[in-house]
Amino acid sequence: MTAEAANHVPAVCDRASEPVIHPRWVRVTHWINALAMFVMIGSGWQIYDASPLFQSLYFPSQIALGGWLAGALLWHFAAMWLLVVNGVVYVTLGIMTGRFRRKLLPIRPHEVARDFVAALRGRLSHDDLSVYNAVQRLLYLGVILAGLVIVASGLSIWKPTQLKYLTAFFGGYDTARYVHFFAMSAIVAFLVIHIALALIVPKSLRAMIIGR
Amino acid sequence: MASLKKLPPGVDPRLLIKDAAKSLPQPSRRLFLRGAASLGALSMLTGCDIIDGPTAENALRVVSRFNDRIQALLFSETTLAPEYPESAITRPFPFNAYYSLEEAPDIDGETWQLEIGGLVDNKKPWRLAELNQLPEVSQITRLVCVEGWSAIGSWQGVRLSDFLKRIGADLTAKYVWFQCAEGYSNTIDMPTALHPQTIMALKFDHQTLPAAYGFPLKIRMPTKLGFKNPKYVTAMWVQNNDAGGYWENQGYNWFSGL
Ligand code: HEM
Repeated sequence: MTAEAANHVPAVCDRASEPVIHPRWVRVTHWINALAMFVMIGSGWQIYDASPLFQSLYFPSQIALGGWLAGALLWHFAAMWLLVVNGVVYVTLGIMTGRFRRKLLPIRPHEVARDFVAALRGRLSHDDLSVYNAVQRLLYLGVILAGLVIVASGLSIWKPTQLKYLTAFFGGYDTARYVHFFAMSAIVAFLVIHIALALIVPKSLRAMIIGR
Repeated sequence: MASLKKLPPGVDPRLLIKDAAKSLPQPSRRLFLRGAASLGALSMLTGCDIIDGPTAENALRVVSRFNDRIQALLFSETTLAPEYPESAITRPFPFNAYYSLEEAPDIDGETWQLEIGGLVDNKKPWRLAELNQLPEVSQITRLVCVEGWSAIGSWQGVRLSDFLKRIGADLTAKYVWFQCAEGYSNTIDMPTALHPQTIMALKFDHQTLPAAYGFPLKIRMPTKLGFKNPKYVTAMWVQNNDAGGYWENQGYNWFSGL
């Protein structure tokens, strides 16, 4: 098909013969996850406002989702299904296909330090998008773990009786709320860096959309 | 102001009112999806307003009903909410309602009666003195508010399942509906009504229930969010239709299990 299509739209088809950097399942689950995360974070901020953990921290309704507590809870407990089902698919495929092992491991501290310094100097190579540098590996593995923590701590504050052992694992109901909050903070911090880098290296964004 | 006198010692009325004000429904509540600024871009992308409009609200409520069923499946009549030692009790225990403490019902325990209705053999109303003669159970459990905060309290009273059997209620009915003096109401599922920790609380911390906590009768169920625990209860009906409730009808999840 490549040869035939090349006659019509050569520019695109040069690319079509390039190897796939991100298979379709990665791209689909990535963007579903991005949508679910934005809904969860936006509605979570509105829920937070009903009983703030920190006196000086409050999220204005304009940047939150849901308008009032009940609306935010409806969004939160609807988007959680999207987040969890999609997350289970992504993590399962990531392990089964060996993608996590190939792309995210190993993570060696001296490589992270080296690539971090290189990144600050603007000297990181982006020629081969199919290989993640050590900082990327650390950030991606970290955010996947933060995703697990936010889901588990969320379940523990949603069902502190039916899932009381999980709640106890997180140090009880009140502590679990803080765990849930800090997991959100970690994900938001990741997102700030992640989105900035995707915009600085637009071809990485293209690869996450069309695969190459 | 009469009810203020019934405040338990150590309760700061100003704090109580602040708490109450927080849960006041906002005038914008019917339009709660309007705040969806962070999704505004998305609705522009898709070129329609499912994010803002009644379609989204309906879809979200369908998911909320689905979540009711999931929570009913997750609920176990034998899983007990954690209980705590006396030293863990939150003092002062917060007052929380959609009105201020001054506006809370000031009920005369002498004339008050609990009206019984629905699928029950003996519909004789109960007076407070009669309820106080029934066997008492006690619990120190955590009240978890839908707003996110929690507080540990100590309640004593009659186990609801024992009471339902005593009055010959149809235990195969689906719901129990509670009506309260100030107009509040809510409906709970029968499995929760029969849970061993669901009690008709007549006392808080071994003292007659203060006005702030629902005198003369609060239904205490540590397996549900605070707003599902009605205070100032005046009537109890066993029935097969879901009569909804004050907050549930405004969009809060119906089951609200913990
Ligand atoms: C608008 C929001 C987002 C944009 C523009 C975006 C962009 C991208 C891009 C361009 C890549 C490929 C980067 C590369 O080649 O190094 C990527 C990968 C990744 N992103 Fe995002 N992302 C967004 C939201 C999120 C969110 C919310 C999360 C998780 C909380 C997330 C987690 C990840 C992970 C774990 C990977 C690696 C995936 C893999 O290789 O399996 N992203 N993202």
